[in-house]
Amino acid sequence: MSGQWPLWEVFTQPADGSPHEHAGSVHAPDAEMALQNARDVYTRRGEAVSIWVVPSSAITASSPAEAGPFFDPGNDKPYRHPQFYKVPRGVKSEE
Amino acid sequence: MLFNYLLRLGDDRLVLGHRLSEWCGHGPILEEDIAAANIALDLLGQASMFLKYAGEVEGKGRDADALAYWRDETQFRNVQLVELPNGDYGFTILRQFLVSAWAYHHLGALAASADETLAGMAAKALKETRYHLRHSAEWVVRLGDGTDESHGRMQRALDELWPWTGELSWQHEVDAALRSEGIVPDLAALRGPFEAMAKEQFARATLVLPDGPMRMTGGRLGRHTEHLGHMLAEMQIVARSHPGAQW
Amino acid sequence: MSEPTQPKGSDDPAQVAAFEARIARGETIEPKDWMPERYRRQLVRMMSQHAHSEVVGMLPEGNWITRAPSLRRKISLLAKVQDEAGHGLYIYCGTETLGVDRAELIDQLLAGTAKYSSIFNYPTLTWADMGAIGWLVDGAAIVNQTMLAHASFGPYARAMVRICKEENFHKRQGYEIMATLAAGTPAQKAMAQDALDRWWWPSLMMFGPSDKESPNSAELLRWKIKQKGNDELRQRFVNLTVPQAAAIGLHIPDPLLTLDKETGDWEFGPIDWNEFMQVISGNGPCNRERLAARRKAHADGAWVRDAAVAHAAKDAARSAA
Repeated sequence: MSGQWPLWEVFTQPADGSPHEHAGSVHAPDAEMALQNARDVYTRRGEAVSIWVVPSSAITASSPAEAGPFFDPGNDKPYRHPQFYKVPRGVKSEE
Repeated sequence: MLFNYLLRLGDDRLVLGHRLSEWCGHGPILEEDIAAANIALDLLGQASMFLKYAGEVEGKGRDADALAYWRDETQFRNVQLVELPNGDYGFTILRQFLVSAWAYHHLGALAASADETLAGMAAKALKETRYHLRHSAEWVVRLGDGTDESHGRMQRALDELWPWTGELSWQHEVDAALRSEGIVPDLAALRGPFEAMAKEQFARATLVLPDGPMRMTGGRLGRHTEHLGHMLAEMQIVARSHPGAQW
Repeated sequence: MSEPTQPKGSDDPAQVAAFEARIARGETIEPKDWMPERYRRQLVRMMSQHAHSEVVGMLPEGNWITRAPSLRRKISLLAKVQDEAGHGLYIYCGTETLGVDRAELIDQLLAGTAKYSSIFNYPTLTWADMGAIGWLVDGAAIVNQTMLAHASFGPYARAMVRICKEENFHKRQGYEIMATLAAGTPAQKAMAQDALDRWWWPSLMMFGPSDKESPNSAELLRWKIKQKGNDELRQRFVNLTVPQAAAIGLHIPDPLLTLDKETGDWEFGPIDWNEFMQVISGNGPCNRERLAARRKAHADGAWVRDAAVAHAAKDAARSAA
C-alpha cells in the first residue's frame, strides 16, 4: 500500500464575522483528520475561530488563459460602484 | 497534603509531556509531528502550572523548575503508566488516549473544587484535554480498525497498557481530608465513567479489553519502574551540572 | 490544487517574452499561469531544498528538547522545533501547487538525491548550541526569507510571509539564551563562546557560494524568485550580527573582521568553501545520521499512514453500503 494521504485545502476564519480565507493545505486520510491537522498546523497561535477543509480535488478554478474574457466585462460597469452616483453636498452618505 | 496532590497532577503531565516531546522530528508524518508537539506543549504548560502552585502551597520557596529539575525519582508522584518508554506510535497514541480519557473525568471533577485556584487550573487544563482526547481517540479507531498489522499492534499495546491504568484511580487515606473539604473528588467514583468511555472507543476500534489483573502500583508513593530514573537523568543533566545557574 | 497547464518541452519564445514582461512589471505568478519550464524547475528545486532544510533542521535542535534546563526553555524549544515542521509543511504545499507531490520530494530526500541546508549537518554539542542556532541560523534564515517574501511565485511568497511572521520569536529566543549564558557563570559564558565559535562560519556559508560562483544565482535574480544576491544577503547578516555579539560580550571568531567606515559594512575574512563543499557533498559531521533519522521515522511511520488510509477506505465502503 502506498499510504499516500490526499491533499485538503484549508480555509480559516480569523475572527467572528469575517470571511473564511485560504490558509494553505494539509494531507489527511479523511475529513475529521483533515480538520484536526488544519487546526494543529494553521491555528497554533490562535489565528482562527472556524476552519473549513475541502478536498483539493473538489476545487474548480477559473483558467488563467481566459482571465481577460472572464473578468474584463466587469471592469466597464461603473454603475455597479457607489462613486457612480452623486450625493447632494452636505448630505452624509453611509460610508 | 494538597502539595502532594498537586505534585501528582504536575508530575503526570511533566513526565508524559517529556515522553511525547521525544517524538518531535521522528513522527510518522509531518502533520502528526505537529499534532503530537501541540499535545506535549499543552501538557508541559499544565505541568508548569500545577508545579508552580505546588511550590506555593508548600511554602518553602521552591518554584516549578526546582520541583521539576531538583527532585530525584523517588520524590516523583506520577503514575507509572506515563513513564513507560514510547514504544511505537500506536503505543504512544493509545497511552495518550487512556491518560486523556482519565484526565477528562478527573479535571472535570476538579473544576468544581472548593479550592478556587485549583478549580481554575483544572478548568483551563480541561479545555486542552478535550482536544487531546478527540485527537487520540480518533487515532485509536483508525489504527485499531485499519490494516491487519495496525490492528495487531494496537491490540498488543492495549494488552500491555490496560493493566497500568489501575493506578489512575489510586487514592490514599491522606486524601480523605481533601475529599471531605470538597477540594478533590472521590476517584473511585470516576472509574466507572472512565472505563465506559474507554470501552466505547475500543469497540469502535475493534479492540478487546484484556480481562487480566491490574499491575501493582507505587508511582504515587515514589516507587517507580526502572524507566523513570533514566528519563530524569537525561531531563535534569544540564540543570544539575550547573547548580545555582540561571537559564 | 492544480496541474500545470502548459505542455512540457521547449517553450514558445513569444510566451517566454510575455512571461518576462510580467516579471518585469512586478506581477505575481500563480500556479496555473503559463511559466517557462525552467522557471518551474528552479522553483521546485529551490522550494523543496528549503522545505527539506526545515524538516532536517528539526533534528539538531530536537536533540536538546529532552535536556533543556528549565521548563520555560523546554517549552519554547519544543514550540520552535514544531514551527519548523510547520514551515516545512507550508513550503511543501507550495510545491504541490506545481503538481509535485510531497511524497515524491520526500522520497528524493530519503534517497539522498535532494539537497538541504548544509548547516544542519553539524552536531549540537551543548545547550548553548540552542542559543547559537536560534540567533545565527534563524537570524540568517530570516534575512533570506524576508527577501523571499517578495518572490515572484505567489505560493512561495505567501508561505514566506507566514513563516517570517512566526519566526520572529525563534531568533529572539536564541539570542536570549546566548545573552543569559553570556551573563551567567564562567562555565556558561565559555559554553556560549564555544557555540559561537563553532556556528559562526557555517552560518555565513548558509547564504551559499558567492554569486560569481553560484550556478543558479543569475537566473533566480532575473526571474525575481530572489531579489538579492548571496553576497549582499550575507553582508547584511554580518552587519546585523556583529553588534549583537558585542552587546552581550561575545567575540566573533574572525581576526580579519573590520568595520569599513565608508560603507558601514563589516568586512570579514575568507570563508572556507572547501569545508562547505565537503558538507554539501555528504561528508559533513552528521550527514549520515540526519538522513538515517529521517529514513527511520519514515519507515517506522509507514504502518501508521497505511492504517489511516485503510480505515478511510473501510469507512467509505460502509457509508456507501
